[in-house]
Amino acid sequence: MSEKTTQYYVPEQSIWPIVGSIGLFVTAIGAANFVQQSTDFVASNEGSLGGLVLFAGVFILVVMMFGWFKDTIRESLAGMNSIQMDVSYRMGMLWFIFSEVMFFAAFFGAMFYARWFAVPWLGGAGAGEMTHEVLWPNFQAIWPLEITPDGRTLEAMGPWPLPLINTLLLVTSGIFLTIAHHALKENKREKVLINLAIAVCLGFIFLGVQVYEYYHAYHAMGLTLNAGIYGSTFFLLTGFHGLHVTIGAIMLLIMWLRIARGHFDSENNFAFEAAAWYWHFVDVVWIFLFFVVYWL
Amino acid sequence: MGDHHKPSGIKRWLLTTNHKDIGSMYLIFSLVMFLIGGVMALVIRAELMFPGLQLVDPNFFNQMTTVHGLVMVFGAVMPAFVGLANWLIPMMIGAPDMALPRMNNWSFWILPFAFTILISSVITSALGGPSAPNFGWTFYAPLSTTYGPASTDFFIFSVHLMGISSIMGAINVIVTIFNLRAPGMTLMKMPLFVWTWLITAYLLIAVMPVLAGAVTMMLTDRHFGTSFFDAAGGGDPVLFQHIFWFFGHPEVYIMILPSFGVVSSILPTFARKPLFGYSSMVYATASIAFLSFVVWAHHMFTVGMPLAGNLFFMYMTMLIAVPTGVKVFNWVATMWKGSMTFEVPMLFSLAFVILFTIGGLSGLMLAITPVDQQYHDTYFVVAHFHYVLVSGAIFGIIAGVYYWLPKWTGVMFNETLAKWHFWSSVITVNILFFPMHFVGLAGMPRRIPDYALQFADFNFLISLGGFGFGLSQLFLVAVVWQACFKRKGKAVTDQVWESAEGLEWTLPSPAPYHSFTTPPLVK
Repeated sequence: MSEKTTQYYVPEQSIWPIVGSIGLFVTAIGAANFVQQSTDFVASNEGSLGGLVLFAGVFILVVMMFGWFKDTIRESLAGMNSIQMDVSYRMGMLWFIFSEVMFFAAFFGAMFYARWFAVPWLGGAGAGEMTHEVLWPNFQAIWPLEITPDGRTLEAMGPWPLPLINTLLLVTSGIFLTIAHHALKENKREKVLINLAIAVCLGFIFLGVQVYEYYHAYHAMGLTLNAGIYGSTFFLLTGFHGLHVTIGAIMLLIMWLRIARGHFDSENNFAFEAAAWYWHFVDVVWIFLFFVVYWL
Repeated sequence: MGDHHKPSGIKRWLLTTNHKDIGSMYLIFSLVMFLIGGVMALVIRAELMFPGLQLVDPNFFNQMTTVHGLVMVFGAVMPAFVGLANWLIPMMIGAPDMALPRMNNWSFWILPFAFTILISSVITSALGGPSAPNFGWTFYAPLSTTYGPASTDFFIFSVHLMGISSIMGAINVIVTIFNLRAPGMTLMKMPLFVWTWLITAYLLIAVMPVLAGAVTMMLTDRHFGTSFFDAAGGGDPVLFQHIFWFFGHPEVYIMILPSFGVVSSILPTFARKPLFGYSSMVYATASIAFLSFVVWAHHMFTVGMPLAGNLFFMYMTMLIAVPTGVKVFNWVATMWKGSMTFEVPMLFSLAFVILFTIGGLSGLMLAITPVDQQYHDTYFVVAHFHYVLVSGAIFGIIAGVYYWLPKWTGVMFNETLAKWHFWSSVITVNILFFPMHFVGLAGMPRRIPDYALQFADFNFLISLGGFGFGLSQLFLVAVVWQACFKRKGKAVTDQVWESAEGLEWTLPSPAPYHSFTTPPLVK
């Protein structure tokens, strides 16, 4: 049985972490096979089951998350979480978000490096004079890089109108989420549900606009993953952001379902606040993206 | 409370939420990886024992240097530290367990799977299959992108798994330290091992995601047509080195700071004096961690950075000598006029202080941009980082294991065998790594399976040292086997060592399954 120390709840043994480890293992094997298969890197790999293995891995991970969260929700509803436990969860979430910030920092760093150093040097700036002369003497270093050194062309994505609309969507969503948060603290459940629903809907509309923008980039602008460093940084930054919006929106959706079922009150609401922090983090990353990727 | 009996069998280990079980698994995993990585090092040394190519082909040699480095960094040193943290931090701060016990299990059990992926590519390659990763543990682009073997994709995802594991482990450590300290245990009363781990965990959370970003860019460059490391699309292979070392330099401090903490715990015990300059130790550790973020390009002095860049990174790097000097001074001052005795943990700690300092000083030489033009990519670099990692980080880990092993098992380990372990290790490690300075200064490049005849004598000596050091570690295996699995040895008191101080020594030996179920009051 689970044990309650006088001070801190140490959960009983759990099956879910090892299920998660197996899930990650299967996902990793499947993903490696899948990328090779789907991009023709290794001809002999054709016909292997990469995609299927990847799907199986992700499925195990989803099962793990359902099971694990079910356990923690049950504990939370049973009142087993002390205030100290609650603080552990909160701190854990904040540090997790910090790790996410650093993940994005790697891609932002790559973009700034390309923009401030690599591209100007290829254009002959600083010590890059010989590089420029010998490799691509006709290359002009202009950001956004619409003509790559080897001559691929594209059209850069400006800040209007879609990205600005998206910015407004996410910021508005954040505002509604904050209203919902305050309502939860005042135990006004109806108000929480309405505002949270609006916040989630705005998130999904954002994703729809983003999909449209990608479609437009690929079909009308020549802006693709293959289009040199501008396309690389653009799609990886906005793509990982979009992935995080998706995760955040799912989290908020689950919070909506839990609130509809009567979970949480003004005191016991860690999961809701964690999801809200995550959403605000995604929001802030977007605002930064909007300025440095789309606008400036 | 107390009616919670220990589950038994395989389920105890697979499903555990107990910090001691998880700590033990980390430590044993680390020992296994240490031996596997060691065998790879011996393949390298066997090939280099004589000039010319005799044992393995150059590509397999490259796979050995690559996977040896990866296994030792991510499989041996880091998990050993997490194992020590798991065992010790709750006991040192008066907590019942780690703050997030289920996640603790997850962080550990990812690792065997991640290394199964990595090492299976080596086994496949050794059996005549396709090449394992062969681009050095730093996996520079384009070696790992354009020219990387197919196994690179598996390597990329195994690195992702290791990163997930490290980040969760680090979050757990930070939350435990911030949230589970016993009443009265203020931050500036924490043992230095806890302090160094707190800062290490911060570094891990800050840089492991950057590593994940680097391998992700590799993956998209390899398969999805992006140009991060391809100049034809406006990218730059040097960008890879910047991102990698932005992770890599904090990473090398991740691999030394907890050893600083271990040694700072051991020296006062056997010198029978309190640690000299406790608060300056804390501030020095924090300064080293801060500086680690602004020195990364000292690994890249020869790639053609602008002069201003070279100068900035040179000065910042040399600045690190200041807080590190503070630490070495404090260790020496702790021992000054102390009543010293030389039990095995103390012997390893003393060797640590001396040999780590040698590695630190050669690091200072490498920090000087103009002379690094000569040293770069030579055996001098290999000598430098093995002094700080083997006789630094790993000696620190071994010292810690000997220091706390009686607390974990309840019995004193075989001190004769342990002394054999110490003396054979400390002699052979110097035969192994010290001559590398000379061949490096004379220009022998690293990561090459053959060399000019002038280096033959020293390389023979180095290889002898290598095999000697490798065999010496069997003493460690024997000691651990006897103490942990046979429980052979005389029972120890709660305090174990005559003047050991700290909460962990107030618990019975062996320590109970759950540490402090009621928090102790710290005055």
